[in-house]
Amino acid sequence: MSSNALPGKQAARGRSREGAVYIRVKGLTYFYNRGGQSEQAALHGVDLDVYKGEFLALVGPNGSGKSTLARHFNALLTPFEGTVLVDGMDTRQGEYLWEIRQRVGMVFQNPDNQIVSSLVEEDVAFGAENLGLPPPEVRARVDEALVLTGLSEYRNHAPHLLSGGQKQRLAIAGVLAMRPDCLVLDEPSSMLDPSGRRELMDTLLRLNRSNGVTVVLVTHYMEEAAVADRVMVLCSGRSVLAGTPAEVFAEEQLLRNVGLELPVAAKIACRLRRRGFLVPDGILTIKDMVAYLCR
Amino acid sequence: MINVTIGQFVPGNSLLHRLDPRTKVVCVIATAIAVFIIASWYEFALLTGFVFLSMILTGISAKIFFRGLLSIWLLLAVTFFLQALLTPGEVWFGLGFLKVTKEGLAGGGQIFLRLVLLILIAFLLTLTTSPVNLTAALESILAPLRRVGVPTHELAMMMTIALRFVPTLLNEADKIAKAQRSRGAGFGSGGAMDRVKGLLPLFVPLFAGALRSAEELAVAMEARCYRGGANRTRMHSLTLKPEDYMTLLITFAILAITVWLRYT
Repeated sequence: MSSNALPGKQAARGRSREGAVYIRVKGLTYFYNRGGQSEQAALHGVDLDVYKGEFLALVGPNGSGKSTLARHFNALLTPFEGTVLVDGMDTRQGEYLWEIRQRVGMVFQNPDNQIVSSLVEEDVAFGAENLGLPPPEVRARVDEALVLTGLSEYRNHAPHLLSGGQKQRLAIAGVLAMRPDCLVLDEPSSMLDPSGRRELMDTLLRLNRSNGVTVVLVTHYMEEAAVADRVMVLCSGRSVLAGTPAEVFAEEQLLRNVGLELPVAAKIACRLRRRGFLVPDGILTIKDMVAYLCR
Repeated sequence: MINVTIGQFVPGNSLLHRLDPRTKVVCVIATAIAVFIIASWYEFALLTGFVFLSMILTGISAKIFFRGLLSIWLLLAVTFFLQALLTPGEVWFGLGFLKVTKEGLAGGGQIFLRLVLLILIAFLLTLTTSPVNLTAALESILAPLRRVGVPTHELAMMMTIALRFVPTLLNEADKIAKAQRSRGAGFGSGGAMDRVKGLLPLFVPLFAGALRSAEELAVAMEARCYRGGANRTRMHSLTLKPEDYMTLLITFAILAITVWLRYT
């Protein structure tokens, strides 16, 4: 993918691994029901760096700990062992809590259960109002967030009349109004239909490429992971693989062992290769495949 | 499904839509008090005129108001007939043991009118004010109670969320009912006891789902830096404009007139 240098937040987008680290996770271990009978380790010593401006996908089978990991990024959960630093701030230190939550916004799976108000623009304002900003500033940020998510024309609608994709965009707008550096999305597309999923991915890619927002996407759709800058694979609370989508999806056997599949285009390319066709490596998305076939 | 649209906000840009919601709440209370004070037919005419004029000013079709009244026609009819039949006095006409008195007819008419006016007044508020503004107004009006320990912000937030989830829960109930019906559950058949029992498979999943939603919503609110009313601002700060003062003045003048006519 070409790096289109749009006038975003940073001139040099942290596309490469040498970019500035935004979230640093070191030796993160987390248990559910600690000390209880059903104590269950969800994460074992996970290390991960999220670079400023990148689009990172977290994938893994059910129960791999990817959602648990995502919830550590804005201090909804704090580690039992190890540390999570958000722009140098330790999530375990209470004094940084609200600063971290403002900087790292979170979007959840169920679009209905994160909308607070019965009016679209009022819901977008909720987070900004919580920051105690003056009303004109809230207004400006709400307008900006509505434009960025393409919801301006729905500002006076009732949220329950929106489609699933629009509801998730509304949830993103509500976070954007807080002007975060980083968006963490916890399986945001799993309750959406294909067109809603496309809407959501387009919005995320636009925010990442044009506005320099760092995106961490937890997903179980490999097609979504394929367009990320970097992919990390979790299994049983451990990081098993990380790298560019091309690197990660080259490890077909390993992925299959943890119960994941390749993106459809990559799978087709792989099978063609096995049949003796000279298909180049690195075909991950339908777009890549079309580009190759119609060259 | 239950019709919940009665009395619900109709977006618009009329004078009444533009008034500060606090003005509207106060005026509605003042007018409702006036409706209870009035006794003579002149006063009824005055208040009815005032309410009708306000209704015209909303720019909302009379049909919407009328539909709201229709929904309580039974209550209106029962109160009217009870009043007409049970008031002792000069018999106007009788049918066996049923005697309609002149006094009863007048009293019934007045009660009927009083109820209709009250409903219309309430509609004037709810049809022109979005739920969000309504809760903001209540929070602001109740703010002084904060000092004696009433959690006004929390109450307003609860109301906002409750209003937000009404359509979602209705939708959910509808879905569960369909799912249960597809597995042979019969709602609305059999005796009263059977019907109540039949609702159980509807309510248990509905409540379980609502609790789950509440938990997820709480996490989502926390993730958006919600920490109670302290430090929080509002996008729409409420400000009283000249037309608010005018409206308050007119409404209180009418209340004063009714009080004066009644007690002098």
